Amino acid sequence: MRDWSLHLLDLAENSLRAGAGLVSLGVSLEEDGRLIITLSDDGCGMGPELLRAVTSPFATTRSTRKVGMGLALAGQNAERAGGGLHVSSAPGRGTTVEIEADTRNIDCLPLGDLAQTFFSLICLNPLRPDFEWRLRSPRGEEHFDTREIRQALGEGISLGEPEVREYICSLLTEQCETVFGGIMQ
Amino acid sequence: MKSLSELEAIRQKTLERIALRKEDRDDGVRIVIGMATCGIAAGARPVMAAFMDEIDRRHLRNVTVTQTGCIGMCRLEPMVDVIAADGSKVTYVKVNPEKARMIVADHIVNGHPVTEYTIGNYADQA
Repeated sequence: MRDWSLHLLDLAENSLRAGAGLVSLGVSLEEDGRLIITLSDDGCGMGPELLRAVTSPFATTRSTRKVGMGLALAGQNAERAGGGLHVSSAPGRGTTVEIEADTRNIDCLPLGDLAQTFFSLICLNPLRPDFEWRLRSPRGEEHFDTREIRQALGEGISLGEPEVREYICSLLTEQCETVFGGIMQ
Repeated sequence: MKSLSELEAIRQKTLERIALRKEDRDDGVRIVIGMATCGIAAGARPVMAAFMDEIDRRHLRNVTVTQTGCIGMCRLEPMVDVIAADGSKVTYVKVNPEKARMIVADHIVNGHPVTEYTIGNYADQA
């Protein structure tokens, strides 16, 4: 993967497959240059056995083949940038993936286009689940939540309608620029 | 700065448009994009964005874009299925944003699949 935003798109697919009702993303750039990413869901979660093996490329819940690279690749990129990846989960309690990386490390991936990642997830899954994010950096903080948008739109209008999509896309882009604009791309 | 209050205007506009739209969606076309690790790494996200943009620009209201997982042909990603209302399916391989726009124009709008980008054509060359 070329940047963190693509890793997050990939990892969010795991949450979708776990039947999540809410997927929450937190991206925080600390004063000292550490990047802390948290992706959590309220999906089906994992038992201890799968949890132990899950960051190995040879662990997957798919039955069609025996490899699953998503978490393994993201973990490798985090470690290369002086950080790491940690997964916590329990059956019925959802899953949380925490990634830490040092943006001053030359091997750290760029953050990438977070807005495009979130926009893709929402467009491709307009009915369910809900998505929220919280972006933070020394420049400021922004919060986005599809539940608020659904409530404002009322019944009968999907997030997939073109007018709504356009609104969501520019809101997400604007928030990213406010919080991370000019710092890292 | 965007605010939630803008949504009220969007709500009105969308409701008016939905009321005008004919509700039978049987003639709908589905675009299915492979969005597993392999697809994303090969560039599925900009491909999806190109499809969305082209569909919106042409006001194609009966076309939906959805995703699927890895189907085991990772080297041919990004892969895209275009499924017509009658269930007939064309699979495109190694799609990029330019090919995506062409698929919308030639296949979905004009009804002529872009044969040179299909999996059948790729298999013939290999």
